[in-house]
Amino acid sequence: MPTAAVNRIGLARDAYKGAATTLCAGCGHNSITNHLIKALYEQGVEPHRLAKMSGIGCSSKTPAYFVERAHGFNGVHGRMPALTTGAGLANRQLILLGVSGDGDTASIGLGQFMHMVRRNVDCTYIIEDNGTYGLTKGQFSATADVGSVQKRGAVNTYQPIDPCAVALTIGCSFVARSFSGDGKQLVPLIKAAMAHAGTALLDVISPCVTFNDHDGSTKSYSWVKEHDNEIHDVSFIPYFEEIHVDYEAGTAQQVELHDGSHIVLKKIAEDHDPTDRLAAIRLLEESRERGQLLTGLLYLDERMEDLATRERLPERPLRDYGEDDLRISREDFGRLMAELA
Amino acid sequence: MCCGPAGISVVRRGNAGREYDVSFGKTNLQQLINDLTFQAATVNGSGSQSANLVLTRAIFSMGIPVAPKNVFPSNIEGLPTWYQLRISPRGYQARHGDPDLLVSLNPATWSADVKAVRPGGAVVHEEAYSTAEARDDLQYFPVPFSKLAKTQIQSDSLRKQLTNMLYVGIVAGLLRIPFEAIEHGIQRTFQSKPKAWPVNVDAARVGYEYWREHFSERPIRHMLKPVPGGTDGLMLIEGNQAAALGCVMGGCTVAAWYPITPSSSLCENLIAYADRFRVDPATGEKRIAIVQAEDELAALGIAIGAGWAGARAMTSTSGPGISLMAEFSGLAYYAEVPVVIFDIQRIGPSTGLPTRTSQGDVGFAYTLSHGDTRHLVLLPGTVAECYEFAQTAFDLADRFQTPVFVLSDLDLGMNLWMSPDFKYPEKGFDRGKVLSAADLERLQGDWGRYRDIDGDAVTYRTLPGTANLDAGYFTRGSGHDEEARYTESPEIYARNMDRLARKFETAREAVPQPAIESSSNTTVGLIAYGSTHYAVVEARDLLKERGLAVDYLRIRALPLSKAVVDFVAEHEHVYVVEQNRDGQMYDLVRLLLPPELVGRVRSIRHYDGQPIPAYVITRPLLELEAVPV
Repeated sequence: MPTAAVNRIGLARDAYKGAATTLCAGCGHNSITNHLIKALYEQGVEPHRLAKMSGIGCSSKTPAYFVERAHGFNGVHGRMPALTTGAGLANRQLILLGVSGDGDTASIGLGQFMHMVRRNVDCTYIIEDNGTYGLTKGQFSATADVGSVQKRGAVNTYQPIDPCAVALTIGCSFVARSFSGDGKQLVPLIKAAMAHAGTALLDVISPCVTFNDHDGSTKSYSWVKEHDNEIHDVSFIPYFEEIHVDYEAGTAQQVELHDGSHIVLKKIAEDHDPTDRLAAIRLLEESRERGQLLTGLLYLDERMEDLATRERLPERPLRDYGEDDLRISREDFGRLMAELA
Repeated sequence: MCCGPAGISVVRRGNAGREYDVSFGKTNLQQLINDLTFQAATVNGSGSQSANLVLTRAIFSMGIPVAPKNVFPSNIEGLPTWYQLRISPRGYQARHGDPDLLVSLNPATWSADVKAVRPGGAVVHEEAYSTAEARDDLQYFPVPFSKLAKTQIQSDSLRKQLTNMLYVGIVAGLLRIPFEAIEHGIQRTFQSKPKAWPVNVDAARVGYEYWREHFSERPIRHMLKPVPGGTDGLMLIEGNQAAALGCVMGGCTVAAWYPITPSSSLCENLIAYADRFRVDPATGEKRIAIVQAEDELAALGIAIGAGWAGARAMTSTSGPGISLMAEFSGLAYYAEVPVVIFDIQRIGPSTGLPTRTSQGDVGFAYTLSHGDTRHLVLLPGTVAECYEFAQTAFDLADRFQTPVFVLSDLDLGMNLWMSPDFKYPEKGFDRGKVLSAADLERLQGDWGRYRDIDGDAVTYRTLPGTANLDAGYFTRGSGHDEEARYTESPEIYARNMDRLARKFETAREAVPQPAIESSSNTTVGLIAYGSTHYAVVEARDLLKERGLAVDYLRIRALPLSKAVVDFVAEHEHVYVVEQNRDGQMYDLVRLLLPPELVGRVRSIRHYDGQPIPAYVITRPLLELEAVPV
């Protein structure tokens, strides 16, 4: 009997799978699920430390389709950020992975999304972005571009909300965009996002094959493939592997992440410094004006403290403290009563 | 310029309690000791609250029971505000209503305020106010407050605030409060700011000297007399502060909130206690996270996320926030996540009367969310119960894995109340049915998140982060089977709904049971809850004096105990007293009763935004129970 390959914590790839998907065949979300499985397996994430958080929508169902043995919380529409914030405060040791959609994030959940970013909650926040409401059969979402056409012919006239632009504007410490069909780019970005301490936003264009994959859509497979403007080639070196430098000086940028891992960015289309926030905003806007979809790591700030650190929470999960740690001592309590008299 | 009628005759009698026979103006009333309602009518934002607290603390330190009520506008500066301080020999804490001693520093309400003073009362007012329509059954004490402030208070920056301390001195003189008590009141009010003591003492003394010079020969109907030991063992605390202390002692480690009157001071007190008692002095680490959220949806979401992950988590809000929390409350009910929600009730919604009290959320909170939902609701009636029930709420939330609402109100939450010292908790936390990694090791995978193992409909949960590969499960709303797998099966859905209903029945006897006082053989009973308690206490005394004894059942939680049915069965007439228009608890009580008992229950409702006074209860009872005059 050949033994199955295992990762660094001794688990086979199958341990990172979940229930069978109930999404449409060809859905971009299923690809993202597979890229997540690959990233989590390769990183050797302990399933018990992983908390899969989501809101409502096709995207938000997907946490059931990977790492079945991890905890998951399918919350209410647009409110995943609040649940994730609370879970992270209760237990800093959790690895929080939020999966949301464009309706869940940019419409009903825009406020929570922005406030989570403001607080820099330590989590990975993936938007499975298809510009449409799938479960309710094809209405536009807030990320749909002006002029994009619905399956039945209606044209979107509202300005789109770009989650990456919003996140950059309010100081998100990790902003990236990718495409569900580009595992080569997405897997290292997922790993880097998880290594980052703070809110790591990954806006992943993920075509809806049933309602938004036609001509006139700017979230279709063919449109994304034709207009994808990759900033750089992304690779990820985990902290538990040695770094082998195999690129010429000046052609790549390497950034160390919170846990000692490194992200290596080799220049392709743009000469972009991902630690320059203003440059990221400008590049995003210029790319939009050119009618291109900019993908890659837009911005990274490894110095910003995450919420739990700023709140000075102990490393030990708050949920583990008992009466003796949390109650005022009898002596102090007596003093307090005397003060109130 | 006007002054009170001259020629007051004082006859010394020498018996305890009521020492003098005095006639004041055209009234002929006995002098009263330690029995009056003081009212300061000022403009909000002027700093009068400190002055009122100084008087309150001073009188309390004389051993005299006090019951302060702050009637304030939804405004930062410039609108009328009133402070009522009730002093009664028996220490009643319910609102009494019209004042006996008025201090008026607000020209806008001057005329109306004077009209409300009870006959034989006294009015201290800014000298400049018109007394053309002076009542002849009151004594007037004009004081040149502005002039005194300009000439006697040196500090330009503090003049506005310190002007209020002038009336403290005047009132001290009129009521015969020893000046040392005023000094104590100042030190107590500015406990953490000793630098503020001398300027305040000086300003109060200016007022006191003015009284001595101008009014000391004019006794008023009411005076105060120290009662040695009268308030020993009692403290003064607001319900919100008590609840915050309860949260600390109950082991709260995550709190999320959005500012809203009248609940904000709960989390603000929690922040203060956390800074004092939850910070490790060696490392600076904090054993609690308190987050000011972007709205109440997020506040409850953060608390639920934390509760799910195993922390004792809470949020605090008021009616408008409760409205926003409906969806998340339903999720927590169905997903069975522990969380504590404080609702400091007020009138609403929107700009209704946000600074006025109410018990109007009972029915709403009890069933908050769409679908079949029932929540555990705790109803503290005293500040001691605000402290105690905060702790009980965390235990119940963990035990029953469900949201627990604690319904206080503006009156209870934001006013100072006398209370015996709080008890140090003797029991440890009840963290409910949580499986550890070792438990899971032993079970070898044989567990399901929603399996009813013990027959009490309360299931076992695991916390994220539990180091065992069997720990994980997927949390979602109502569509799940016993193993937490998604299903739309009609049988399984209905089975889960039935279990949740059974769980609620298990909780019915575990929540705080009613407090029953049935000291006499009577056919009349009263049912009340929350801050209405104090009006009932007083009303029962008043009714007893009139020959009508009434029994009393105080509801302390929902779901209602079966003891409520027994209580109704034991009485011919039972009056449910509450502070809302629709008789929300009256409805819940009747729903609980067998049909033959429903007709015994009657409803007394008070809903004008002011705390309920005792006469709202005594008047209908005297009439309906046909008590002879």
